[in-house]
Amino acid sequence: MIIAPTLLLLLFLGASVLAAIPAPEGFRALDTPNDAGKSLSLVWKASPADRADRTVQVWLADGPDGPFQKVAEFPSNTRYVKPGDFPWWAQPARKGDHYVKLASSQAFPIEDGKPYFVKLLVREGDQEVWSEVAEATSAPNVFNTAQLNNLVFVLAFTGVLLASIAAARRNPHVPLRRIAGLDAVEEAIGRSTEMGRPILYLTGSGGMDEVSTIAATVILGEVAKKVAHYDTSLKVPHRDPIVMAVCQEIVKESYVAAGRPDAYKEDSNFFITSDQFSYTAAVDGIMLREKPAANFFMGSYFAESLLLTETGASTGAIQIAGTDSDHQLPFFVTTCDYTLIGEELYAASAYLSREPVLVGTLRGQDFGKGFIMSVLVLGTAFATIGVVVDSAIFNYVLDLFKDFK
Amino acid sequence: MIFLKRQLPLAITFVMGVTFAFQYYIPHPVSEEAITNVSKWMQIISGFALALGLASIFHVHAVKIKRQVPGWGYSIVLYAAMLATIIVGFKSGGETKVDGAQTAFGWLYDYSMVPLQGTMFSILAFFIASAAYRAFRARSPEASVLLVSAVLVMMGRVPLGQFLLPWTWDVTQWLLNVVNSAVRRAILIGVSMGQVALSMKIILGIERAYLGGGKDQ
Repeated sequence: MIIAPTLLLLLFLGASVLAAIPAPEGFRALDTPNDAGKSLSLVWKASPADRADRTVQVWLADGPDGPFQKVAEFPSNTRYVKPGDFPWWAQPARKGDHYVKLASSQAFPIEDGKPYFVKLLVREGDQEVWSEVAEATSAPNVFNTAQLNNLVFVLAFTGVLLASIAAARRNPHVPLRRIAGLDAVEEAIGRSTEMGRPILYLTGSGGMDEVSTIAATVILGEVAKKVAHYDTSLKVPHRDPIVMAVCQEIVKESYVAAGRPDAYKEDSNFFITSDQFSYTAAVDGIMLREKPAANFFMGSYFAESLLLTETGASTGAIQIAGTDSDHQLPFFVTTCDYTLIGEELYAASAYLSREPVLVGTLRGQDFGKGFIMSVLVLGTAFATIGVVVDSAIFNYVLDLFKDFK
Repeated sequence: MIFLKRQLPLAITFVMGVTFAFQYYIPHPVSEEAITNVSKWMQIISGFALALGLASIFHVHAVKIKRQVPGWGYSIVLYAAMLATIIVGFKSGGETKVDGAQTAFGWLYDYSMVPLQGTMFSILAFFIASAAYRAFRARSPEASVLLVSAVLVMMGRVPLGQFLLPWTWDVTQWLLNVVNSAVRRAILIGVSMGQVALSMKIILGIERAYLGGGKDQ
């Protein structure tokens, strides 16, 4: 007679205790979107009962009946989808839901094309509750939809560039802002000729895979044409043998284009070493011994920039630098007579050659910069208004301009 | 000949440029493998190109010694140092340490190369001082602003400055985080646009001066 009420009481208490830990709601497993495969993603709804002392365990198996293996454990009030994690057009879960990515590991390798079964265990003290079993198959993706905005902007910018080039072909008289550093190239070469001293041209520390090095080699071609015209000596010491080989060809062709192939010297481009400070010491030595009348520093630079330019300044040479290494710009501005800042390095080829096709791309770049400036102003306004009125509506616009990986 | 010097390089540039521009948007393992393979090709090409560099060094310094141009003695020092390093390197099997013990090659690196590199790097401190002296001379309003900003930043970044003028810390942070960051970002936006535009020009064959000779060749 006493046992029956006790059992009823225990069942009642047990049911109330179990109700205190709700099972994960809306739990599902899916292939991780926009990845190289070998991973699964888990999604379930956030609960107001989520807290730090309640843990969630992830159990994984390669068959519906197991054996299941614990692969992750974390507090239940973590692993939420935060604003900025995914763009609105490619989000696997709603903002605020739980999202867990399970990558293949040595402990539990995940293979593509094979179904896996996942369940969650929510635990607090001695109490625990299991979710339903969810199934998912991992697969690699052929396109990262999160980067769709990036691709659209790249294609649009390419279109603007091509349109600008077409416009420049129709109307070749595109006005260009004066760039003092490039105007001074002729003056520097003329000065070297008058003084009977060589011209030193450096292409920076990068290889041919760097855009700034390519820009430096393009400018070298224009400088070499003028050097050939003035019949001055040109010295181009290198840190990279591939850049040296390219520059040899460029200088040679420039001499041919200037009608002075006989004046070309094979050893005007020469390799020193790929070591940063050994190269710097060698170039400093050339500056001090041969005292070039003009020094050109184009391309990307690191700690060697000031060592090179300060030595050049001490010899009294006219110095023209051009770099996209923003961290080295102060050194160049301080020690050189002229400095091409950032994008001016890339504009140099168009500026020196005045070819309509190249000049047209500068106008395209200006359209791109105008667009970025407009986005900066509007984005700042939208983000501020969104915070003030506590609305996420503007995130739909702001997501369009974010870089998602 | 014109095909090998012009059309083929332009075609390779276009195909590889477009392929690897789109590779950025493709997370598939095939795409990842392709970029890894190309990186390996570049390493292999760089290895072969080193021979070009060595040939260039030997040629330039041989000419200097032959003609006995001023400073030709340094060329002999270069040959001697190069030869010594190669011999010692081969004898040590290219290892700087064997069973915890330093090899002759390791000794050469630690006690000649590293101190020489350190010496060059340390000269930077003196060069910064001399360059700063020139830049900070208050000859114009702009240079005066630069001088005041530099003094404030220096005071805010050293313990003594913060002890004497604690407010310089906040001013320094504002200068670095607001003024300096804004300018740097503006420069970087311009650089990025320039890089994309130049890359497009190269991929599409509009800019071909890097092949030598300009558009008419």
